[in-house]
Amino acid sequence: MRKLLRRFFRNPGAVLGLGLLLALLLLALLGPSLAKDPLEQNLLERLKPPSPEHPLGTDQLGRDVWARVVHGARISLGVGFGVVFLASLLGTAVGLLAGGLGGRWDNLLMRLTDIFFAFPSLILAMAIAAALGPNLVNTVIAVALVTWPIYARLVRAQVLALREREFVEAARALGAGSGRILLRHLLPNALTPVLVQASYEVGAAILTAAGLSFIGFGAQPPTPEWGAMVAETRNYMAEAPWAATAPAVGILLAVLAFNLLGDGLRDVLDPRGR
Amino acid sequence: MGAYILKRLFLVLFVGVGITFVTFVIAQVIPIDPAVAALGENAREEQIREFRERYGLDKPLLVQYGLYLQRLLQLDLGRSLRTGRPVAEDLKEFFPATLELSLAAFLVAVCLGLPAGIWAALRQNRAPDLLVRLMALLLGSTPVFFLAILLLELLHRKLGLLPGPGRLDPYLIPPPPVTGMVTLDALLARDWVAFRDALHHLVLPAFVLGSASAALLARMVRAAMLEVLSQDYIRTAWAKGLAERQVVFRHALKNAALPVLTLLGGLMGGLLSGAVLTETIFSWPGLGRYVTQSATSLDFPAVMGVTLLVGLVYSLLNLLVDLFYALLDPRIRYA
Repeated sequence: MRKLLRRFFRNPGAVLGLGLLLALLLLALLGPSLAKDPLEQNLLERLKPPSPEHPLGTDQLGRDVWARVVHGARISLGVGFGVVFLASLLGTAVGLLAGGLGGRWDNLLMRLTDIFFAFPSLILAMAIAAALGPNLVNTVIAVALVTWPIYARLVRAQVLALREREFVEAARALGAGSGRILLRHLLPNALTPVLVQASYEVGAAILTAAGLSFIGFGAQPPTPEWGAMVAETRNYMAEAPWAATAPAVGILLAVLAFNLLGDGLRDVLDPRGR
Repeated sequence: MGAYILKRLFLVLFVGVGITFVTFVIAQVIPIDPAVAALGENAREEQIREFRERYGLDKPLLVQYGLYLQRLLQLDLGRSLRTGRPVAEDLKEFFPATLELSLAAFLVAVCLGLPAGIWAALRQNRAPDLLVRLMALLLGSTPVFFLAILLLELLHRKLGLLPGPGRLDPYLIPPPPVTGMVTLDALLARDWVAFRDALHHLVLPAFVLGSASAALLARMVRAAMLEVLSQDYIRTAWAKGLAERQVVFRHALKNAALPVLTLLGGLMGGLLSGAVLTETIFSWPGLGRYVTQSATSLDFPAVMGVTLLVGLVYSLLNLLVDLFYALLDPRIRYA
């Protein structure tokens, strides 16, 4: 474990990713109590450039962009983690069942993942969000529903590979039932690739959710969600580029953090990869 | 090989039916009555009843699904509630624009990602490698919609280098539609002015749509090349004094191509569905914009049609890639 940690902290990308993530988390947790009200309008202060009073300027309704970006961090990180939590839970369960039960069940469950894999994910998420009603919770459900198969495939492959190993045989010889072997012996060992994938997927989920909000299927104005903010302010790019750029940079940094973290985790946990 | 193809084709069919089932279930979740949605709030009782009977909406759900599949076999995707036209006709009209855009984006991804990945692998941990990795990381993390807005603002509004949204200058007469892809149609009609203009309109959306894929491709190519370049036979190739060009292109690239190839099918499929955001921003009259507008007005026959079409194209592309793979790698064929 200490060796792994040392390897992780010697990887500059991983450290940068972790630092970025911690900064964003801190912002999401503490920021809202430091910044102004993200919904307070002041039409006399429309589209003002950054100033000591408004560090990132104001938008077309005179709202403080910094306050909105800070509140958006909480939303986007929440959506990202929520999606990955739901999707990895569902995907891991399906993969574990498929790999553990084998035979007909395996075939059935894997064909099910094939179907969800072939779905154009953004379009499916859009359809689900449209059907359930456009809001943040439904965005999380929609994106989780289109991303779970990747975990199912990963876990199944791991279970199939691990099933033949000696420690499983030893457990079986000691009289452990198949349920116990699956949950206590196979699952913990199958989670490494899930962890790496989950790190990338938080970033991907943040991007997808922001895209959905941008075209109106996610968070609705005036919610300070990053994608929705870019959509609201895109027509003011010429007069007030900061209003749309600030939330976009927020998305960029959050996604970057999880991509760097994913690369770092992969390097540490899977020495074969580069 | 024949049995393999047949089995895979059967799987594509299965996935297609699965897609229709899932979308059908989603369409049942909407809290809005399709009859009321189609006829309007002020429709009379008997009008609604008649509509329900005509479209089988009064039957049990499984029967409705059966009816839907039956119509599907006759290529009848139903009628769009929004445009009032058969969905199949809408798809025929909007698909070529999406195909044109995603093919162009695919070209962008390959032309940028492939050389960048090779270059980075050959100069591992030196300036070119670091530059490519940084660019790939940044492009892969940038929200596509903001990239589009930013480039439109800079290259179109500020510098005037490239045209804005749309496929063709409104003052130009569009070439007679043959393929539905404006660039190709202009070429076929030998209308060079329209061709130049259509190409100019294509550059920005194609770059925006292809950028994330280019980043992904560069990363994959780099990893695959590094894997191959560390092999013994490459050292032998260097040792016997072959030129870099020969080592790279004749020995390394061929073997690195296989893992990259599997990625390409998924990449093209991803572009088709990723076109949603790009098309919306660039007012590109393709499937993405069509499905966005349809979903907004809860026009589920249209959404189901697009989902099915894109899902099937995606599955077929993957099948094609797998077959190609089997052709190139005998280990797969005889496994």
